[in-house]
Amino acid sequence: MSDVIEVSGLVKDFGPTRALDGLDLAVSRGEVHGFLGPNGSGKSTALRALLGLLRTDGGTARLLGGDPWKDATRLHRRLAYVPGEVTLWPHLSGGETIDLLARLRGGVDPARRAELLDRFELDPRKKGRAYSKGNRQKVALVAAFSSDAELLMLDEPTSGLDPLMEEVFQECVREARAAGRTILLSSHILSEVERLCDRVTIIRAGRTVETGTLASLRHLTRTSVEADLAAAPDGLAALPGVHGLVVEGTRLRCQVDADRLGDLLAALVPLGVNALTSRPPTLEELFLRHYESAAA
Amino acid sequence: MSALAGTGALLRMWLRRDRVMIPVWVGALALTAAGTASSFAALYGTPEQVRSFAAGITGNAATVALYGPVGSETVGGLVAWRNGVVGAVLVAVMSVLLVIRHTRAEEEEGRLELIGATAVGRRAPLTSGVLAALVANTALAVATFGGLLATGMAAAGSAGFALAWLGAGLVFTGAAAVAAQLSESARTARGLAFALLGGLYLLRAAGDTTEAAWLSWLSPLGWATLLRPFAGERWWVAGLSVALAAALLAVAYLLADRRDVGAGVLPPRLGPAEGTLDGSGALAWRLQRGSFLGWLAAFAVYGAAIGAIVPSVTDLVGDSEGTRELIAALGGEGGLTDAFLAASFGMLALLASVFTVQSVLRLRGEETGGRLEALLATDLPRVRWAAGHAVIAFAGTFVLLAVSGLACGVVYAIASGDPGQVGRLTLAGAVQAPPAWVVGGAALLLFGALPRLAHAAWGVFGLCLLLSLIGPILDLPTWALDASPFTHAPTLPGGPIDPLPLTALILLTAALSAAGLTTWHRRDLTP
Repeated sequence: MSDVIEVSGLVKDFGPTRALDGLDLAVSRGEVHGFLGPNGSGKSTALRALLGLLRTDGGTARLLGGDPWKDATRLHRRLAYVPGEVTLWPHLSGGETIDLLARLRGGVDPARRAELLDRFELDPRKKGRAYSKGNRQKVALVAAFSSDAELLMLDEPTSGLDPLMEEVFQECVREARAAGRTILLSSHILSEVERLCDRVTIIRAGRTVETGTLASLRHLTRTSVEADLAAAPDGLAALPGVHGLVVEGTRLRCQVDADRLGDLLAALVPLGVNALTSRPPTLEELFLRHYESAAA
Repeated sequence: MSALAGTGALLRMWLRRDRVMIPVWVGALALTAAGTASSFAALYGTPEQVRSFAAGITGNAATVALYGPVGSETVGGLVAWRNGVVGAVLVAVMSVLLVIRHTRAEEEEGRLELIGATAVGRRAPLTSGVLAALVANTALAVATFGGLLATGMAAAGSAGFALAWLGAGLVFTGAAAVAAQLSESARTARGLAFALLGGLYLLRAAGDTTEAAWLSWLSPLGWATLLRPFAGERWWVAGLSVALAAALLAVAYLLADRRDVGAGVLPPRLGPAEGTLDGSGALAWRLQRGSFLGWLAAFAVYGAAIGAIVPSVTDLVGDSEGTRELIAALGGEGGLTDAFLAASFGMLALLASVFTVQSVLRLRGEETGGRLEALLATDLPRVRWAAGHAVIAFAGTFVLLAVSGLACGVVYAIASGDPGQVGRLTLAGAVQAPPAWVVGGAALLLFGALPRLAHAAWGVFGLCLLLSLIGPILDLPTWALDASPFTHAPTLPGGPIDPLPLTALILLTAALSAAGLTTWHRRDLTP
């Protein structure tokens, strides 16, 4: 079966600015695909181009087997979209907006809508202008998840949600995948993508820099470790897989390849560990890494 | 930190934002006053002519209801009569728009939050918005005074007239400041202020035309007449305006000090939990409904008012040969009554095109507002979405003009006992729609082809307005006058209906609209 989204060499210019510079993206049916990139890297532009809201200046794009520009209306029947910046009609209530979008997409499923309103703790009677950013996002999310679209395109959907609601969102994504839907999730938060996505495409400056399963991107994921030790460490730089080691007295900072974390801990424990934090690398660190390795 | 810190910086920013709006308002109003003065001075050269014109007005309740009574039988008195109350209404509109734009609208958009977090005092936003309106009103008073003086009007009367307008501006600056505290929505706040304006206008009309003359003293719009510019000025009436404005501002500050940023005094109402809108057409109607109904009410009232004046048009003109020629030159043929009606409907067509342009530009508003993305990501075809708003714009324009003709016809039919006027005047109103449609078509084409310049449609309207109002006076060549679609509307009632120009206007509208929808279909979404 063909991919749900096939993009190759996509180019989009806004006057002198090149927003997409040869973007490649392939999303297979039934997967949750992470679309990662820093702010301004062209994620939203790519989604808008896929929705036929923008004309492209080069390359090819196929969406659900059709042309995103020419077949826009026909294709839209089969997908649901949550924009990155959700704006609502100030004088329509949230419920009215949800129902309007649902009707334009084919129909309302009242049971599913009620369940989602309940889970997202959203009051549908408030007027559009009375919602906070997070609640506006919930309106768009309820509209998208209550549809039976086969493809969900979500543009940084959790940027306004609190951690509890993020949890609800992640459940919804997992349920959608279980129901056989395809999800394209744009984000600049690596941990969110790691929790949800089967495969990931990373873009920077409108160009795809990495794509593959998370396992295959493991070489990109190092863990940052900070430790406060009882004695000054020595000889750690020689450990394989340890990078960027900084030692200040008894304090230590470094990054370590995921498969070498155990070795590092084994070396630290005999020194006596007072405090230890480890966290996954941020997207920016990942990019730095990527460019390091590209340069090497 | 003082509660007013940052007021100056905010005021400078508002005045910069208004660098076009304020001069246009001030220029248009001051020129109207000076223009009326110079044309009345030319038209009514002798005291007899002035007296007979004034007597015609006083004897007609409809004109007194619309414009107020004549203060004195002088050219100055006539200028004050013609512009005093009506101008005061426009000055009030300007003040309300300015105050709400810089206070509640900023707050509703969330920009005030950004400002409020800087070293800006709690009272600075309201104060700066009020000051912006005061700057505009003061500039207007000075320009009006200067303009009247320049046309040779008496200094005291000119000052009184400028003060009468300034008084209305002050009162409605205060009223708008209060309205801005009441609702969370700028639209509702403007609606409240305009409703008050309408109510005070009617109160004054009732006071001026009935035995209960004291009613006019209750209306700040009545004060514009009661100050008696050019008729033995009662200067202390201006004090009433100042006192009321001060009281209103005090209330506004009291309310502002007690509420949260972003909140209103009136609690926000909840909407329905479930919606019934089932398509983009229904959504477009829902979004435009309020504005359209407001326009409809205004057009019905305006039509009815014209119908009420018609029976006395011949008295109104009196012996003045100048006016008779003027009205005949305004495009009417046949009887003076028909000429007056045709001129009135021509003016209505221009007004209706404001609605047309505003309604078409909703398309651009939805696009820049960012609400369009989610809509177009459903299986809603672009052209159908645009057509939904365009249909309201075009059909709405037609309905406005037909209803205003109908209202005029009904009132005139009752007054004249001739039921035939109903159909005749409804038709006369309805046939004015095609030129307004052409302007709407141009707006649609701009939206499609040059979205960032879509608001240039107001320029198209302004050009037509200039050609219609000033063109004949300047003796412009025929081809220049013919460039305005409004030149080609039939002069009804009284004139013939020539199908050729009407067909041409309709075809031109269709071509412009088709080009607009095609270019829209092919372009990027351009926020």
